[in-house]
Amino acid sequence: MSRMGPPHGGASMPAEKAKDFKGTFRRLVSYLKPRRKKLAAVFLVAILSTVFAIVGPKIMGMAITELFEGAYGQLQGVPGGGVDFGVIGQILAILAGLYLFSSLFSYIQQYMMSTVAQDTVYDLRQDVNKKLGKLPLMYFDGRPNGETLSRMTNDIDTIGSTLQQSLTQFITSIVTIVGILVMMLTISPLLTLIAVVSLPLSLFVIGPILKRSQKYFSSQQKNLGRLNGHVEEMYTGHQVVKAFGHEAKSNEQFDAVNEELYDAGRKAQFISGIIMPMMTLIGNLSYVLISVVGGILVTQRAISIGDIQAFITYSKQFTQPITQTANIANIIQSTVAAAERVFELLDEQEEVEEVTTSVLARAKGAVAFEDVDFGYGKDLLIENMNIDVRPGQTVAIVGPTGAGKTTLINLLMRFYELNGGRITIDGLDSREMSRHKLRQNFGMVLQDTWLFNGTIRDNIAYGKNGATEEEILAAAEAARADHFIRTLPDGYDTVLNQEVSNISQGQKQLLTIARAILADPPIMILDEATSSVDTRTEILIQQAMNRLMEGRTSFVIAHRLSTIKDADLILVMDQGKVIEQGTHQQLLDKDGFYADLYHSQFSEKVAV
Amino acid sequence: MIKILKNLSPYKWVVLTVVVLVFGQTIAELFLPTLMADIIDNGVIKGDIPYIWRIGGWMLVVSAIGAIAAVFASFYSAKAAMGMGRDLRQKVFKHVGQFSLQEFDEVGTASLITRTTNDITQVQQVVIMMLRMVISAPIMLVGGVIMAVSKDAQLSLVIIGAMPVLAISILLILKYGMPLFQEVQQRLDGLNLVVRENLTGIRVIRAFNRETEEKARLQGANRELADVSIKVNKVMAFLMPVMMLVMNMTVVAVIWFGGIRINNGAMQIGDLMAFIQYVMMIMFALVMASFMFVMVPRAAVSARRINEVLEMKPAFTNDGTAKADRRRGTLEFEDVSFYYPGAEEPALSNISFTAKPGEITALIGGTGSGKSTLVNLVPRFYDVKSGTIRVNGVDIREASQQEVRSKIGFVPQKSILFTGTIADNIRFGKQDANQQEMDHAASIAQATEFINQIEGGYAAEIEQGGSNLSGGQKQRLSIARALIRKPDLYIFDDSFSALDFKTDAKLRKALKNETKNATVLLVAQRVSTVVDADRIIVLEKGKVVGMGTHKELLESNEVYREIALSQLSEEEIA
Ligand SMILES: Nc1ncnc2c1ncn2[C@@H]1O[C@H](COP(=O)(O)OP(=O)(O)OP(=O)(O)O)[C@@H](O)[C@H]1O
Ligand SMILES: Nc1ncnc2c1ncn2[C@@H]1O[C@H](COP(=O)(O)OP(=O)(O)OP(=O)(O)O)[C@@H](O)[C@H]1O
Ligand SMILES: [Mg+2]
Ligand SMILES: [Mg+2]
Repeated sequence: MSRMGPPHGGASMPAEKAKDFKGTFRRLVSYLKPRRKKLAAVFLVAILSTVFAIVGPKIMGMAITELFEGAYGQLQGVPGGGVDFGVIGQILAILAGLYLFSSLFSYIQQYMMSTVAQDTVYDLRQDVNKKLGKLPLMYFDGRPNGETLSRMTNDIDTIGSTLQQSLTQFITSIVTIVGILVMMLTISPLLTLIAVVSLPLSLFVIGPILKRSQKYFSSQQKNLGRLNGHVEEMYTGHQVVKAFGHEAKSNEQFDAVNEELYDAGRKAQFISGIIMPMMTLIGNLSYVLISVVGGILVTQRAISIGDIQAFITYSKQFTQPITQTANIANIIQSTVAAAERVFELLDEQEEVEEVTTSVLARAKGAVAFEDVDFGYGKDLLIENMNIDVRPGQTVAIVGPTGAGKTTLINLLMRFYELNGGRITIDGLDSREMSRHKLRQNFGMVLQDTWLFNGTIRDNIAYGKNGATEEEILAAAEAARADHFIRTLPDGYDTVLNQEVSNISQGQKQLLTIARAILADPPIMILDEATSSVDTRTEILIQQAMNRLMEGRTSFVIAHRLSTIKDADLILVMDQGKVIEQGTHQQLLDKDGFYADLYHSQFSEKVAV
Repeated sequence: MIKILKNLSPYKWVVLTVVVLVFGQTIAELFLPTLMADIIDNGVIKGDIPYIWRIGGWMLVVSAIGAIAAVFASFYSAKAAMGMGRDLRQKVFKHVGQFSLQEFDEVGTASLITRTTNDITQVQQVVIMMLRMVISAPIMLVGGVIMAVSKDAQLSLVIIGAMPVLAISILLILKYGMPLFQEVQQRLDGLNLVVRENLTGIRVIRAFNRETEEKARLQGANRELADVSIKVNKVMAFLMPVMMLVMNMTVVAVIWFGGIRINNGAMQIGDLMAFIQYVMMIMFALVMASFMFVMVPRAAVSARRINEVLEMKPAFTNDGTAKADRRRGTLEFEDVSFYYPGAEEPALSNISFTAKPGEITALIGGTGSGKSTLVNLVPRFYDVKSGTIRVNGVDIREASQQEVRSKIGFVPQKSILFTGTIADNIRFGKQDANQQEMDHAASIAQATEFINQIEGGYAAEIEQGGSNLSGGQKQRLSIARALIRKPDLYIFDDSFSALDFKTDAKLRKALKNETKNATVLLVAQRVSTVVDADRIIVLEKGKVVGMGTHKELLESNEVYREIALSQLSEEEIA
């Protein structure tokens, strides 16, 4: 009879304000377009179900009137008095049928909506998924991963549950309000007027309450985000936090944010909790007024007793959809705000469009930088850089920290776009080929190891699609990882834990090297790839590499000069510029920056 | 779940107040239909307007009392639930703070984070619902039944008949729904994991051209989640319509049987109306209860995850009270052995050595030989299996962890920085450090130059994990952070790997003056770094295979010789 919506999470949602409500809303609606037929059916069924539920009390009123009149007649001793159960039975049968249909339609509506809602969510996630592949690294640099993650999961989830519950609730609430108004009008326009008076009153009462609760909800959400950030950082860096006895300070910061979160949450919950009692009170007020006027009308025989019953049922139902509508308006706002965050991500500037005028199959390995300019921000880090590498050369890059060595590699892989100049591979501009083809020609081992939660085998196999077991073993062998892997209890099936903390730092590097070897690229890049590997192993890897790299170009960044000595070309970098280049011997003869660097490693020896 | 609810105990008076208030509110609500019935029976039907006003007045008073009780109940329930959430978060955060690295390895950082925030929010949300509903639902149910029976005992049989139907249908729905809910949670975790890996590994994914596979992997996780979500929603779609149907049919039955009784003169029409109100109230109570059935098991999943963390005892206790300052600047290992949990082979076995103030002890050895493991034992990140470690002459188990760690300046193998300015990060080592101390530490760490070059200098913002710094820059800041403490014991775990030789040499030279009264334990791969150490320990497979000075080891130790030869040519060594 009365329609009770499930308690929606709306009260707990952040009531963030959207910046461009209309535009975002329209765009969100456009996601429903492919499912518009289903959606139309959902709406139709929802309306039917609601209409049936609304007509219910009216018919029930008829039954009661019939009852009343029969009983009244019997009381008065009217001949043939007494209740006519035939009629009542008929009415009740109709009533039962109505309710049955109402429930059935309501079920169909929710059943269909679950597909509509979740498919929309799926589409949205797919769009984000595709987008992530097109975003430049710049985007990921300046943003905590948790932020992007949260858009992909939490924000889209919010949209999903709104579609699932609130959207149809919104429709049914509106239909209910209109329907009840119509029904009430058919019973008594005068009483309807009284009932409707409560409408502005309730809006007047709820409006300000909602506004305040919105404020506290968004403050709650913001503080939750801050707390999350703090927790994430402290847990991630727990080793350092402990080593430096920072627990007390960290707890203090945690407590401060936690307290603010508590405060905002308490207020938000309190305020949203008083809406219902307020509405009930207003509802009861109008109940009394309706009774009074109804009583007068009854004495004047202007209305039947069943109608009064029906009317009162309606008026009691009247406040509920109004509260719900107000609540849902709030939910829709926060949903649109969530959608806006998702669309913001979808609208981020993408990597420069690919041009595929040049086709590069397997490169011979000539690499050249021509007047290259680049900066992470406004200021240029690399200015007017020129390098020329012939196929098969081993190029070593040395230089003090922050000189731009890693940056150079980033540019070579086209992780970032140049501000000026060009980079060519085999004489072809790297911007004129697809990134895919370009990167196929590079194998890379980075300063920061990246391994994932999975077996060691899977981690190595990542280097090549459909790698065979033999290839994997051979790569591990060449990277000198095979030995340590075999000593692990589960060998190649050892699962790296989520933190990848169950193998040593050097072992991680060996695995990433194996992965790159497996990829078998014509050009290899090693950015301090063996910095944590002991030197004996390093030499063995190098020998293996030399064999492998026969006739291939390689770029090596290393601080251990023994690694570099045999390079065909050494680039000495400082502050974004190549200040010297040549072979080891040439540079020593030059007696410049490199010679100074090289000799410094023996200066201490004299003392021994 | 029950265990988690014990955390409400500090709020027992608040909860009690809520109970009383909700009780009052519910009684008021129960009372209203009777008054309404009176208004209709004696007022509206008889046209007794003054009577309507009088009883109507009472009705308003009662409902105002109910409303006031509800407002206060809302206030106190918010206070209790949110307070519990706050306490729980604090408890978990503090508890996790006591974990050794072992527990972090075990649970995983990502999972610990969700448990501290998301899971607790879930529980908190349910507690507030419970406080508002669980108390009022049974009262309403019992009250409604009592009132209904008192109005008309025979007619109440209809309600008794309806209840099992409702209960069975709810149970059936839950039986199919609950496992699906769990599945949704798991698949959401799965999606999270894939997205997270996609974000952290972005460079590698692009470098190896694995975008297509990763996209497909993510799509798979997405599809799985969507499928199970659709399933669960289709099952839950039964809930409301079924309940509405049962409730509405009960009302229809009440009118029918009520009609018979009215016809027999056993009941009044107003009573029938009141009865219908009670039926609705009872059913409403049941509906609320069913929501609890839906929500509580979901929150119970979260509660279990939280409890798991809270019940996890740190692998070893922190109950030492001694002061760690008996012999300052010394470090002793006495027959120390260590196993990683679950490992069959020891990671370290029978390590013994003593380091005195002003001495440098260097650890060298192959990849995975146990250097980091040894170094991690000193600040008691893990506990030794047997043997004793003494810092400043005191067994580290006899002093508190904080006490021991306050004597140590630790530089981990992987540089970990925090969001904040460069100054914040250096001051992490000593919170009340002044500018002079910072300058000093930075200059020894060879960081001055780049700090001065960076826009903003000490005030330059560092992004999470130091992602906007180069590898060497991160390492230097992490060294400066340790130096600023002026500790009795310095630990460097392969901390010069990202420095060029020149900087490495300069740093060690500057360090010499700093560590006159302290002892230094350093892990290194470069022979040039360890060449002037007072003691070089050569590790292999967790065992000491040689100990001595560079000269001694060159002559006597094959492993060390090999290491040295791999880096320098014969003539350079000689
Ligand atoms: N993602 C980034 N965003 C902004 N600035 C960056 C970023 N990465 C590096 N930088 C800055 O650019 C400069 C060059 O960094 P790069 O990583 O190329 O140095 P490097 O020569 O590899 O040094 P190292 O030997 O320490 O690894 C540094 O000053 C660094 O702070
Ligand atoms: N948390 C852990 N759980 C289980 N095993 C571990 C864990 N950490 C390290 N190990 C294992 O213990 C051994 C020693 O590791 P450790 O990190 O001490 O090596 P290391 O000497 O520091 O090597 P590297 O020079 O590569 O840093 C390795 O075989 C490694 O796989
Ligand atoms: Mg670098
Ligand atoms: Mg190590």
